[in-house]
Amino acid sequence: MEFGKLALLGFGPEGWGLVLVRAGLMTLAVSVAAFVFGLGLGILIAWARIGGNAVLRRLAEVYVVVLRGVPDILVIYLFYFGGRQVVTAIGTGLGFEGPFDISGFVAGMLAIGLISAAGQSEVLRGAYQAVPKGMVEAGRVVGMTRLTLFRRVIAPQAMTTALPGMGNQWQSVIKETALVSVTGLVETMRQVSVAAGTTQEHFLFYAAGAVIYLCITTVSDQIFRFAERRSLRGHPQGGM
Amino acid sequence: MDFTFLGDMFASLLKGLPLTLNFWVLSLLGGGTLALILNLMRTTRIGNAVAGAYVFVFRGTPLLIQIFMIYYGLAGFGFVRQSFLWPFLREPYWCGLLALILNDAAYTSEILRGGLRAVPKGAVEAGRVSGMTRFAILRRITLPLAFRQALPAYSNEVISMLKATALVSTITLMDMTGIARAAISETWRAVEILLCAAAIYLAISLLVTRFSAWFERRLSPWHFGRTTP
Repeated sequence: MEFGKLALLGFGPEGWGLVLVRAGLMTLAVSVAAFVFGLGLGILIAWARIGGNAVLRRLAEVYVVVLRGVPDILVIYLFYFGGRQVVTAIGTGLGFEGPFDISGFVAGMLAIGLISAAGQSEVLRGAYQAVPKGMVEAGRVVGMTRLTLFRRVIAPQAMTTALPGMGNQWQSVIKETALVSVTGLVETMRQVSVAAGTTQEHFLFYAAGAVIYLCITTVSDQIFRFAERRSLRGHPQGGM
Repeated sequence: MDFTFLGDMFASLLKGLPLTLNFWVLSLLGGGTLALILNLMRTTRIGNAVAGAYVFVFRGTPLLIQIFMIYYGLAGFGFVRQSFLWPFLREPYWCGLLALILNDAAYTSEILRGGLRAVPKGAVEAGRVSGMTRFAILRRITLPLAFRQALPAYSNEVISMLKATALVSTITLMDMTGIARAAISETWRAVEILLCAAAIYLAISLLVTRFSAWFERRLSPWHFGRTTP
């Protein structure tokens, strides 16, 4: 590989630089959307497992087991192809003319969010259970309402415990978004495949893609570490 | 619901099971071996840096890009095409297996490292005091304790490798996911087909979860309120 080929990665007229940056931002956008969706659902699932009745608890448990035991790519296919199947069925049922399609962004966000929700709910549940029982009881004894108790005693401590686990979940979300490329959404993985096919410089472009992912994972790792240190302020084990 | 279709689907998906299991078992064996080597490397300073960089790269990038890099990327180098490895690296099977092994090694080496760090110093010192050789200490004290410590995390890794094998379907291999994908483009009954495939994967991972819980109880019975296995 000569150095001249590196111009392909630049921002010149021949370069794919701008396109790759845009694809990197798309990866980031899908990741954030999926993570936030997963967080919302994960909170509900963790709540169901901690405070729900027997049926809810069982349902939440089954959800986590299923989503952790099935390959991510099948879930994405299910949303992409299945989503199209469902939309088509509804559409033709309502008398509209096809063809119907579902956006890769939405399918990917939903699929990865659902997968991530299973993992996030486990992290949140573990963090909740790590709050010392005595503290909760002390709060109850001084007459705190359940909401106050959650806001002032449980949440601050559980959030600190949950941070490293949530960081891991975020990292896996970023890597899972590469699978969304099968739906045709132009994120990093898809864009480097296209560029590699067009220029026949496969290694160069896949390596560039790997570097984009490494940048995203490294920067977010630093951010989570910073947040972790900050959240430990005033704790005996560390702080800033 | 069309039960004959589901039955036929299960039958044809199960034809991909041997390939899935093949990738799963071989990548765990290869990855485990490489993970052990990476941890042994960590005893020297240069080795530590190399192992650290390896883990950083392979854990920081998606498996899919690693598979594509090996399958499509390596063929671009002339020296790879002329080497004795080319008959292997030309085949999607070996490329997929190589990617899975390299990926698994990065995750497993971190799990193993955590396990090794949790071995109490006193246990190793006690071994040394009673005159054990370094190898005997490794074999009879360090590794068994590290393995027991790492087992819960490792069982998660075993399950995620099962799920990871599904990605080899992207380089034309006909594992269970590959067969499912082909059947979808033939029949367009995506939901039924994908649910069948998901059920098979789920059944295998449930078996692994059960087995590892049983194994954990056997290895550390005192954690579960019993003193004898």
